[in-house]
Amino acid sequence: MTIPLFVVGLGIGVAGVLAGAVLPARIRVASIALLVSGACLVELLAAGSVLLSGRSRTFSSTAILPLAGLRLLLDPLGALFVAIVAFVGLAATVYLVRYAFAGLTTRSATACYALFVTSLLAVPAAANTGSFMFSWELMAISSLLLLLVEHRHRQSAREAAQWYGVMTQMGAASILLGLLVLGSHAGGQTFADIKSSAAGLSPTVRSVGFMLVLFGFSSKAGAVPFHVWLPRAHPEAPSPVSALMSGAMVSLGIYGIIRVGGDLLSGGLLWWWVLVIAMGVLSALFGALHATASSDLKRLLAYSTIDNMGLVLIGVGASGALWVTGRRDVAVLAMIAALFILVVHASFKGCLFLAAGAIERSTGTRDLDQLGGLIHRMKGTASVFAIAAFSIIALPPLSGFAGEWLLFQSLLHGFTDRNTTTVIALLAGVVAFALAGGLTAVAFVKAFGIGFIGRARSPGAGAATEVAGSMVAAMVLLAGPCLVLGVVPGLAIPLLAKAANVGLPSATPGPLVRGPNLELAGYYGAIEPALLLVALVVAGCLTWGVLKLVARRATRRAEAWGCGRELQTSRMQYTATSFAEPLQRVFSDVLRPDIDVEVTHVAESRFYEKALAYSNETDDAIERSFYRPVASAFRWWGERARRIQNGSVHRYLAFGFAALVMVLVVLA
Amino acid sequence: MGAADTSITAMGVVASLLQVAAIVIGGPLLLGLMAKVRARVEGRVGAPIHQPLLDLRKQMRKERIHAEHSSAVLIVVPFVFVSTAAVAGAIAPLVTTRPALATSADILVIVYLLLAGSVALALAGLDAGTAFGGMGSSRAMTIGALAEPALLLAVVAMSIQSGTSNVPAIVADTLNHPGWSASPQRLLSLGALIIVVVAETGRIPVDNPSTHLELTMIHEAMTLEYAGPELGLVSLGESMRLGLLLALTVNLFIPWGVAEQTGGLAIPLGLAVLIAKVAMLGVLISLFEVRSAKLRLFQVPELLAGAFVLAMLAIVAGLVTT
Repeated sequence: MTIPLFVVGLGIGVAGVLAGAVLPARIRVASIALLVSGACLVELLAAGSVLLSGRSRTFSSTAILPLAGLRLLLDPLGALFVAIVAFVGLAATVYLVRYAFAGLTTRSATACYALFVTSLLAVPAAANTGSFMFSWELMAISSLLLLLVEHRHRQSAREAAQWYGVMTQMGAASILLGLLVLGSHAGGQTFADIKSSAAGLSPTVRSVGFMLVLFGFSSKAGAVPFHVWLPRAHPEAPSPVSALMSGAMVSLGIYGIIRVGGDLLSGGLLWWWVLVIAMGVLSALFGALHATASSDLKRLLAYSTIDNMGLVLIGVGASGALWVTGRRDVAVLAMIAALFILVVHASFKGCLFLAAGAIERSTGTRDLDQLGGLIHRMKGTASVFAIAAFSIIALPPLSGFAGEWLLFQSLLHGFTDRNTTTVIALLAGVVAFALAGGLTAVAFVKAFGIGFIGRARSPGAGAATEVAGSMVAAMVLLAGPCLVLGVVPGLAIPLLAKAANVGLPSATPGPLVRGPNLELAGYYGAIEPALLLVALVVAGCLTWGVLKLVARRATRRAEAWGCGRELQTSRMQYTATSFAEPLQRVFSDVLRPDIDVEVTHVAESRFYEKALAYSNETDDAIERSFYRPVASAFRWWGERARRIQNGSVHRYLAFGFAALVMVLVVLA
Repeated sequence: MGAADTSITAMGVVASLLQVAAIVIGGPLLLGLMAKVRARVEGRVGAPIHQPLLDLRKQMRKERIHAEHSSAVLIVVPFVFVSTAAVAGAIAPLVTTRPALATSADILVIVYLLLAGSVALALAGLDAGTAFGGMGSSRAMTIGALAEPALLLAVVAMSIQSGTSNVPAIVADTLNHPGWSASPQRLLSLGALIIVVVAETGRIPVDNPSTHLELTMIHEAMTLEYAGPELGLVSLGESMRLGLLLALTVNLFIPWGVAEQTGGLAIPLGLAVLIAKVAMLGVLISLFEVRSAKLRLFQVPELLAGAFVLAMLAIVAGLVTT
């Protein structure tokens, strides 16, 4: 039997894992980089051919996984996610070569990295519960280990790993349970079995199954209120791993929701999707608000991931809800919008995390309050960061704008639906979309404006130098789609439509969007970003020409206005914290800032201050009001339970005897 | 109008250029007019109406000065600020419902083009590394972040009525359904839109364009580091945005006079009517400004939350009635 290309790619990835585990330190990073990027390239080819031809590829073997057997199927929906993972994986791996520091070149770390990428590539191709859970767990465990690479230097990495470990294992258990519930009622463990008998299952079984998997998948996607691990884990991982987690791994959570809810369970019930929209609305608002308030660059990016996944969930939920109520053309549009946002999110968020890593590498900090002026010293990083940041704000004609436009159109045209519940959910979606859009602009003006321009706020930022060429190249690779998919978004639409056709069951009407620009068929609405770009360039050139004609040639540099003061230092600038302070004050009910001012007086007089320390930290309200009480309750019970475990062998023997007696009594 | 309409026609381009010219020249004149009205009400003679144009000419002839420590951002931003306003003005239905690129004049395009200008200006405020620049950027972005959602929702209410978010199509639809202008959702979104326009253009009660007291200013603080031709461009951009937003608001609610065809006398007539409508709205806003004081910075969010609620009510009203 012939082995399909995507399985060859996975094989190369596995070779990378072995190479990382076996090879000597000298050639370890180079060889796993070669093998992993090779695997990503092969997977890109394989996924591309599936997406272009629309024909699925399958592979099954009982030799690899016992009992259930390995069963892989690459259909257009899976291929889209494989392509997303492979693209981010390729860039992250190119970046890794020069980024890798002492902790990341060890045997375990390199093997884990290769395993992480390979399992990410395998998840969307898995076609039975066994293979799916196998690759899902490998993904979770390898990323958990990668998170711990720097645990010796940072206590926060250890805490993050604890949160991540608990959340990801609870999620995985829930997904496993959900798939087993569905599989046992359907009478088979392959996805094809579940799909073919889904129509015969009772709504209760389907709902229980979907709710179980929804918990696991939405927690992986970082949806509020299951997001608490994400803003801890993504910042603490090494940057290429953060890029993979934020660009690729969270997308797989969305993949699971679409695969199980849309594909296997054929759309399901309306309230599922209303719930998904509700989670999306919460995530978009909560993520965007915290992103504006964070001054740790990677934490800001992590919260922005929650915001973006919120938008995707709104799209997926709207798609499912409209599908159930029969508005199938708009449902397809909403699904395409969600997938489009996922694709562009992978590119800009991957790029931003890599840039954050470059900054950390170059300045020694990722605290925006310590940065500034990097545009003078890290021109390449500054340019790609700007492109990705403007794309995430959704400025036309960049890729984020096309995604937001598609989502906006699907919500707008969904309003004509007759079902009141759907309309109310969509209204909440539009409100979240609008508010999150404004807040995202603040967050990324802050990230770029405080981090890259102005004057250096610390010696580290003042002495920064540009990172290695290959690292910049990796960022450019990810920034490319921000421009290309922004100017000609129509390129991606036919491929996304094929994936959407799998995500929404039964025959779908033709894709609603056509043309190299975006143009709705059946509704009046279009955007032409390429022409917009031309118009902007022409307007800019004309303005420049007029200025050249009338203005005097001479330009000079002069001191900035200091309000009459002689000396201006870089410490007088606004910092990230002060930049966000007005919004933090407006939304203080949600953000609950913890502001602390500590004044030290001069010994001689109480009226003169010697030093003044100011701290301003925002706390995650959901973590504080739900997770911490639950965690401390567990701890309390744990400590109670410890009383009966005092280490005495006699006591344990007594317990054993008591248990035996109890069993005998019960049996008798 | 079908979606297959070619978006670029010769007459459309001419109309677009006319619209850009109208906001480039009309924007500063509108500012002059509003200043004049204010002066007259306060019992002063006031500067001539074309004073902003004279200022512009003076500034454009001066030498270019850039602040120490500033980067290319400071130099590029004025061009971005003016061109985004110009492109938004070219595609919006101001004089006619058929300018060039009318098919792609989605409300999201116009809102995000203006947002691009605001983002650019906020970055310019941070570029020189001074205290006041950052203060202005922070405040402007805060207000923008709250105004933008209200603006979007206000237009969503109208889009639901028309079944499209294409602005020229909404204006054309309103021309065909005169009763719509008086419908509850339109009136509610008009209220929201006017608050947003006042906030976005930095007028009283949100910001005082004539203040130069550092601690109270928003917009002026961001542009402190600009001088000469670049200051001229930024002020031009600001007045273009004012003209554009007022013209758009007035056309969305009182569309009569907007040319539906691009031939014959329709366009000159459309231009004349537009100038009259915008001038009247400008005078009204100016009269309101004379009688009100600037709000405290932290009361502005409450005002904008009011706009947001009005816009939401407009959507709900629209969903209930249609």
